[in-house]
Amino acid sequence: MSDKVKGSAMTITTGDAPAVPRDPSSKERAWEEDTLRPTLEKSPERQAEFTTISGHPIRRLYTPADLPGWDPNRDLGFPGEPPYTRGIHSTMHRGRLWTMRQFAGFGTAEDTNARFRYLLAQGQTGLSTAFDLPTLMGYDSDHPLSEGEVGKCGVAISSLADMEVLFDKIPLANVTTSMTINSPAAVIWAMYLAVAEKQGADWKKISGTLQNDILKEYIAQKEYIYPPEPSMRLVIDTFEFAVKNTPKFNPISISGYHIREAGSTAIQELAFTLRDGMEYVEYGMRRGLDVDQFVPQLSFFFNAHSDFFEEIAKYRAARRIWHKAMVERYHAKNPRTWALRFHTQTAGCSLTAQQPYNNVVRTAIQALAAVLGGTQSLHTNSLDEAWALPTEFAATIALRTQQIIAHETGVTNTVDPLGGSYFVESLTNEVERGAWDYIEKIDAMGGMVPAIERSYPQREIAEASYRYQRELDKKEKIMVGVNDYVSDEKHLDTLQIDETVAHRQAERLAKLRVDRSQAEVDRRLNALRKAAQGQENLMPFLFDAVKSYATVGEICDALREVFGTYEEVAIT
Amino acid sequence: MPEKKIRVLIAKPGLDGHDRGAKIIARALRDAGMEVIYTGLRQTPEMIATAAVQEDADVIGLSILSGAHNTICPQLMNLLREKGMQDVTVLVGGIIPEADIPAMKKSGIAEIFLPGTSTQDIVEFIHKRLAR
Repeated sequence: MSDKVKGSAMTITTGDAPAVPRDPSSKERAWEEDTLRPTLEKSPERQAEFTTISGHPIRRLYTPADLPGWDPNRDLGFPGEPPYTRGIHSTMHRGRLWTMRQFAGFGTAEDTNARFRYLLAQGQTGLSTAFDLPTLMGYDSDHPLSEGEVGKCGVAISSLADMEVLFDKIPLANVTTSMTINSPAAVIWAMYLAVAEKQGADWKKISGTLQNDILKEYIAQKEYIYPPEPSMRLVIDTFEFAVKNTPKFNPISISGYHIREAGSTAIQELAFTLRDGMEYVEYGMRRGLDVDQFVPQLSFFFNAHSDFFEEIAKYRAARRIWHKAMVERYHAKNPRTWALRFHTQTAGCSLTAQQPYNNVVRTAIQALAAVLGGTQSLHTNSLDEAWALPTEFAATIALRTQQIIAHETGVTNTVDPLGGSYFVESLTNEVERGAWDYIEKIDAMGGMVPAIERSYPQREIAEASYRYQRELDKKEKIMVGVNDYVSDEKHLDTLQIDETVAHRQAERLAKLRVDRSQAEVDRRLNALRKAAQGQENLMPFLFDAVKSYATVGEICDALREVFGTYEEVAIT
Repeated sequence: MPEKKIRVLIAKPGLDGHDRGAKIIARALRDAGMEVIYTGLRQTPEMIATAAVQEDADVIGLSILSGAHNTICPQLMNLLREKGMQDVTVLVGGIIPEADIPAMKKSGIAEIFLPGTSTQDIVEFIHKRLAR
């Protein structure tokens, strides 16, 4: 039961400074005595403690006492200027709306090509490709371990021939494309560049994003092939290649999304993602890349979960931390290096299989948080995604949700409308401080790669995930339709992918292996193997290999021979 | 004499690496007093069946989110029969379309737990099932 009246016993977090005692004004103290106390004596609050979905404590009321020493010019600043709390562009969504980028991919390349063209026709402004599990793990569709998985969680891509079909009649010169792939990212990117070349699109002008974030794979999503060091080499090879050849392409999307989906708190998502970012910056600099040349091409990707203000605080804190780290740690001089650009996806783990239409509402609220937090692009989940990949019907509602926020709610009319709110500024400070604490712990371990090798972030996430599950089991946290407000419901029609996709892929691969020059494939795979044993950038060798129609599986196997594979220590 | 602990093998078959559910269940069953062995990621049906024999498992819990259940589950059930493990209780948790559930149960899978199931429900199910 909450009968505490005094706020003065608390300490207050002020961004990156040490905590200080809360010192309410005499007016606030008088309000506590005269107005609050009688109310609490008559009717106590609903809970003894209020916390965010991450378990972060939230106070009853936020006042100037929660922002001691807060300087709007220093801590908030102006949009488009350091520390970027209010956004990275001076006009934000008044100037240009975020890119509406719906993640899609299923079945064969033909199936996904048709969905891409449908989404573009509905007003979507960028493409985003989901690959199936065999592709993500570097296996061809006809590999024994691919059985049952082909085309199920994304599109099956085994060779350049599939990639040509995937982007058929989609001009890569005019469309920005995001590709969610990690361990084989350099291979898939080489295929994309080969398709662009065939279409006559100028590499200097094409734009898009490769996910290519291997660190969060070891931490959270676990789709890794090789050990950390050779994996990091491949990532830095793409950075180096991108700086020289594709200045508008983001060779990485440093992702908190999957960390959050694995059960982390908002602060963990922020801290691990930004520390991953710093790890990539340090590896790039060690390669000899100029921080002010390659870092502007690095992009970020965050989750939008249901705790509205915590999410908004997270995005605002992210920009502030990145700016500080780039200036203080790496002495960056280029404002484009300082400004953190990010994509957002609403939280898949918040969707419920029960009463699935409620997911439309969850997604809308989460998307609104992302927009108020200043996102550069956004994916909104479909209502049926706790069951399957989305139907066209469900995917259309998800896109329309973004269009309603953009054009009907009015939230885009002004920049950072929540700036200056005692609560939002205070929470931004607390989230920032919490993230710095984690970042400093990981620094002390020698960086993110050593931290991963000792399972530190993995263990922190598992703890948070179990804590939340216990809260749900005990009904301390409520999920509508799951542990409360349960009701009977009608069955939902979902998209089913059958095994004919696997058969079609197997036939296509068999034909490919007959039609191509095996001698040429062998020669180029051998060249790749040899280069992998040395120090050279592997991108040109990958590009040669894919153009001979060597498959994803063959290329990844050649690298497996040189790099070996990674097995994690399973912790529970 | 203390009662023998229930032995549970938690396995993550297929190529998917999303292990949040498998880890939560492993920990919840351990907290409920069971002996839990977690196989880790990317286990083939053969590896799971062999581990079940070696660990003398009373229960096998499979976590499948990828849509590969119609391939993985029949293979595992056949292997368990071949190895004389038909008495082991096989549970599946994850994203399973309702239309697939009757055939899975017919193949000998004791129960399918869909998203949103509380960990207590799973603990209670195992206790009841093994008390028979």
